[in-house]
Order: sequence, then structure tokens, then C-alpha cells
Amino acid sequence: MHGYANPTRFLSLARWLTPVLLLSGIVLSVGAVAWGLFVVPPDRLMGETVRILYIHVPSAWLGMGGWTGIALSSAALLIWKHPLAAIGARAVAVPGMVFTAICLATGSIWGRPTWGSWWVWDGRLTSMLVLLFLYAGYIALAQASVRDGGSSKIPAIFGIVGAVNIPIINRSVVWWNSLHQPPSITVGKSAIAGEFLIPLLIAVLGFSLLFGGIVLMRMRALIAEMQVEARLRRRALEDDVPVAASMGTS
Amino acid sequence: MTETSTGLRAKHQRMVLVVIAIVAVVAAGLLAAYALRNQANFFYLPEQMSANPPEAGKAVRLGGMVQPGSLETLDDGITVAFVVTGNEAATIPVRYSGILPDLFVEGSGVVADGSLQENGTFLATNLLAKHDENYVPRELEGLEQHQSPEQSYTTTMYTD
Repeated sequence: MHGYANPTRFLSLARWLTPVLLLSGIVLSVGAVAWGLFVVPPDRLMGETVRILYIHVPSAWLGMGGWTGIALSSAALLIWKHPLAAIGARAVAVPGMVFTAICLATGSIWGRPTWGSWWVWDGRLTSMLVLLFLYAGYIALAQASVRDGGSSKIPAIFGIVGAVNIPIINRSVVWWNSLHQPPSITVGKSAIAGEFLIPLLIAVLGFSLLFGGIVLMRMRALIAEMQVEARLRRRALEDDVPVAASMGTS
Repeated sequence: MTETSTGLRAKHQRMVLVVIAIVAVVAAGLLAAYALRNQANFFYLPEQMSANPPEAGKAVRLGGMVQPGSLETLDDGITVAFVVTGNEAATIPVRYSGILPDLFVEGSGVVADGSLQENGTFLATNLLAKHDENYVPRELEGLEQHQSPEQSYTTTMYTD
């Protein structure tokens, strides 16, 4: 568990893993989205608008997966005091929020021709909007705790409490009468025809790899930032030493 | 030696505390969601509406399946009349004047904004089409069991 607590070991792993994830993620996502745009046949009822599926579903998956990552890192931070956990959670927050926003935007664009409305206050849409606000709150809280030297436990607790929303988003279409359709893909069965399903699964995999690459990039940037700050602080201390020493002798 | 064992004990303690906190928070969230069961519905099903009719003229949403064979355009050319069914026998007749959404067809899901009239007809001011969870290419329409009305009926009207 603490093997990668040492940033040097983590960084040497991240250095070659980042380009691998980014490259494979870009290739798979672009390929799957192009497949969805040009190859997949129109849906029997929705026609051409079904193609937005290939951006909407992976984004929703990453929006929810991102917060699950924040919650797991937060638990690791509180229990094991793992030093990389706080950095990991901070690195996930911004891309997670971006994908949640993409999910809401594409869903809204899809809802207009399909349902006849840009937005409705139904259980699924509302709980997803709450997730967007949770991300915004987490980012503000984490930044404030870093800047003002506060405890990283506060955003970690917020990350765990916010995880309550994840099962609610997931179950919202089952618990309540909802305009959003119930889950299409459940364990072991799919209501999506194979022509639609295969590129969708590839898109989800590609978006996930891309997300992993972005998170590693951000973690490296955050670590570099911390190292710069530590070095500046050390230099400032070294500059102070002769002064202190001369004061001592006089 | 004592230092590491106290360190381990502290870690164990933190783990128990975090697990208890997570369980408590998730339980609180699920209880809250459970309590909202009937308040957070986006619409009422016909059986819910006929069992517990809202007062006439009050704005509510009715959701269900457009009963196959019930859709007709009235003589004025812009008003449509159809019957909405749910999981049970109860049905509610609906009238609507305006532009129909693309997905509005007989046998598919619909959510109507509007109000119940004195005579039991639901007067809709806005219609939303509901899509079910099945994605089927046009070429396969009619060939797949996805299309069977019973299945799309039960899945679109997913309630307990």
C-alpha cells in the first residue's frame, strides 16, 4: 500500500504510464465516436439523434466514477494517511466535473428532440446536477485547504459524504417515476442491440483510459508544484541561516 | 515495538471510524431517498391518479403508455385525444392541442403536463415523449423481441 507513497517511485511509474493511457484513450475514443457517428444505423424511434449516446454515456460514467475515486482516495487518506491519496483526489475533481458537465449538456441537447424538453426536474437529471455542484464545492474546499494550510481531512470528509449521491443517481430511474429511461445495461443483459452496444463499450473504455491519463498528468503537476514550493521554502531558510548565526555570536 | 503497535492500533481505530461513518452516511442518504419515494415522482401513473384524484384544475403530470388504437385527431385538426394506461387496468383519457414530440406514437411512453377536469378527462398543456431503454436499429424493427409490445410496456412503466 505504501509502496507508492514515495513520490519518486510513483513518478517513475507515472512517467511512462501517462503517454500510454493518453494515446490509447484518444485512439479508442476517437475511433468509437467516429464509429457511432458514421457506421451505426439510426435507431427505430430516435433516428439519428441516437449517436449522441457515444459521448453522453461515457461522460456520465466518468462523472460518477470520478466521485467514486474521490471517495475511495478520501477513505485511504483518512485511514492510512497515504500522502498520494489527497493529491489523487484533487487531481480527479476537475476532470470529473468537466465530464459531469458534458453529460448534462449532451443530455439536454438529446432531450430536446427526443422528449420535447431541454430540461425537466426529474430524479435522474436533478441528482446529476447535484453531482456537478458537489464537484464545484469539493474543488473550492480542496483549494482553500491547500492555500490556507488547512487540514486535508476536511475535503476528504466532504468527499465521503458526497458519495451518498452516487447510488441515488444510479437508482433514481428505478425508485421514482422518471422521464429518463431505466438502465439499459444491467448485469448479464443489455437492452441495446449489438450494433449500438459494441462501439459504446469501446467508447466507455477509451474515455476511461483518457481520464486515467489526465488524472496522472494532473497528479504529476500537483507534485511538481509542491516540490517547487518546498524548494523555495528551503532556500528561504538557507538564506536566513547566516543572519541568525551572526546574531547568535554578537 | 510499542510505537509500531500503537501506530497499528491507531490505524485500525481510524479504519473502524471511517467505515462506521460511511455506513451511517449511506444509510441516512438511502433513508432520505426512501422517504421521498412518493414525493419525488416526476409524474403520476393512471392508477395512482384514479386512486387518489388531484383536485380539478390543479397542475399535475400524468405519465403512462399511449394505449394502442386510442389516438385520434379531433375535427378541429389540432386537438388529439388518446388514452393513457399504466401497469393496471386504470386508464385516463387525455386531450391535447399543440405540436406532438417526434417520439409520440401509440404504444410508447408519454408524460403530460396539465390538469384533471371535472369530467375525468386530463387536459394537457404540454406533452413529453418518454423513451424506453431499448435501442434497436430501424432495419431490425419487428424482427427482434425487443419490439414486442408487452416487453416495452413493462419496461417503460417501470415501477414497483
